[in-house]
Amino acid sequence: MKAVWLRAGRCLLLAGLLAALSACASLPGEGLSRSDPWETVNRRVFEFNEMVDKAAVKPTAQIYQAVVPRLIRSGVDNFFGNIADFWSSANLALQVKPRPALEMGMRVLVNTFMGLGGILDVADEMGLERSSVEDFGQTLGYWGIRSGPYLVLPLLGPSTLRDATGLALDFKDSGVSMVWRDARDRNIATGVQLLNARVKLLNAGRVLDEIALDKYLLLRDAYLARRKSQIYDGDPPEDDAAPAAFRRLVR
Amino acid sequence: MHRRSLILALSLLGLPALGAEALTADAFVRQVSSDVIEAVKVDKAIQAGDVNRIRALVDAKVMPHVNFQRMTATSVGPQWRAATAEQQKRMLEEFKTLMVNTYSGALTQVKDQAVMVKPLRAGSTELSELVVRTEVRGKGDPIQLDYRLEKAGEGWKIYDVNVGGFWLVDAYKGQFAKDLSVGGLDALIARLSDKNKSLAAAPKN
Repeated sequence: MKAVWLRAGRCLLLAGLLAALSACASLPGEGLSRSDPWETVNRRVFEFNEMVDKAAVKPTAQIYQAVVPRLIRSGVDNFFGNIADFWSSANLALQVKPRPALEMGMRVLVNTFMGLGGILDVADEMGLERSSVEDFGQTLGYWGIRSGPYLVLPLLGPSTLRDATGLALDFKDSGVSMVWRDARDRNIATGVQLLNARVKLLNAGRVLDEIALDKYLLLRDAYLARRKSQIYDGDPPEDDAAPAAFRRLVR
Repeated sequence: MHRRSLILALSLLGLPALGAEALTADAFVRQVSSDVIEAVKVDKAIQAGDVNRIRALVDAKVMPHVNFQRMTATSVGPQWRAATAEQQKRMLEEFKTLMVNTYSGALTQVKDQAVMVKPLRAGSTELSELVVRTEVRGKGDPIQLDYRLEKAGEGWKIYDVNVGGFWLVDAYKGQFAKDLSVGGLDALIARLSDKNKSLAAAPKN
């Protein structure tokens, strides 16, 4: 546990640095198109991702879904969900939300010790449902750090400068890297984790393709709106003057 | 688990009592969503992705509760008022087809979900426009689904929907902007018409 708090401290330090960074990077007035100054490059990476997805990732996900029994798939999903819950709990604590942090922590304890190390989601049956998924990018946003420019990451997809920085920490300090120490195991685990995430998106992708006139724009706008909504716990303000942390104090 | 069955019980209890009495906004949302979900759950053809059946359901149970004119006008923006009646009519038609497609795609995902309507914000019962927040709970993580409602006579009409933090009108504004600025409303209508045609021709699986 001590290591986690050390890491948390380091995260906060980094957050400060990032605040300065994103202040330089963010443009006056965050209109949707102005939040994407790197659109040309982003579109290229997006095309690349679409290509890789179509040729390799999606078929693999479909095979995984067809070949692996549902019981095992849900075990895998629960297992990674449990790791994510642990990280959510830490992030809720960093956002000074003690009650949800404790509830999420309880979920992790219950599932780890009574759910065969997280393979079963027994906490859900007990009424301890997963209320949210929190990552470090959200924590940074909660404390008022702007998203910075929109950024499409190779293979991983939509992000922003802030969220990509958060993601680097998510990868390094949480999740699979805490469970698997060996680099090779870690890579395999990360692969399975991403595959699991992709499987869950198989149907959503079809809906997206059906409504989009410009899929790049739709994904971008959806991502930016969703992140803002997550940071404000589902109730974002029309203008983004005050950070979520501040708004909570005022209420 | 308890909550889920409670909501279901409440929504079922509520149904016969609705009748002519004016509904509160949250009760309206609860009624419409449980209507749709129940209809999907008993219909094997819809679950299998039968597009015509889904369209019929959306036309019957959803569209009457949507102020479609307003949704289209705000998605298009300033150019809507400058458009001729003929253009507006064609735009409404194409946009509606696209929306029904969108909604139908989403409906094929309905399996064991229940909709939890959150309590209205204090003091909002007197408003003529308000937001009702709901959460769709099923196997995976809960999905945020909010509605913007306006008063329409004794009842309510939906004029925007928020899926997972993203308002639909904002989504379409972003999608429409480029065609509108390059070729105006006619270009957009042509684009939507193409899109709808390709969707109709595409094999459904």
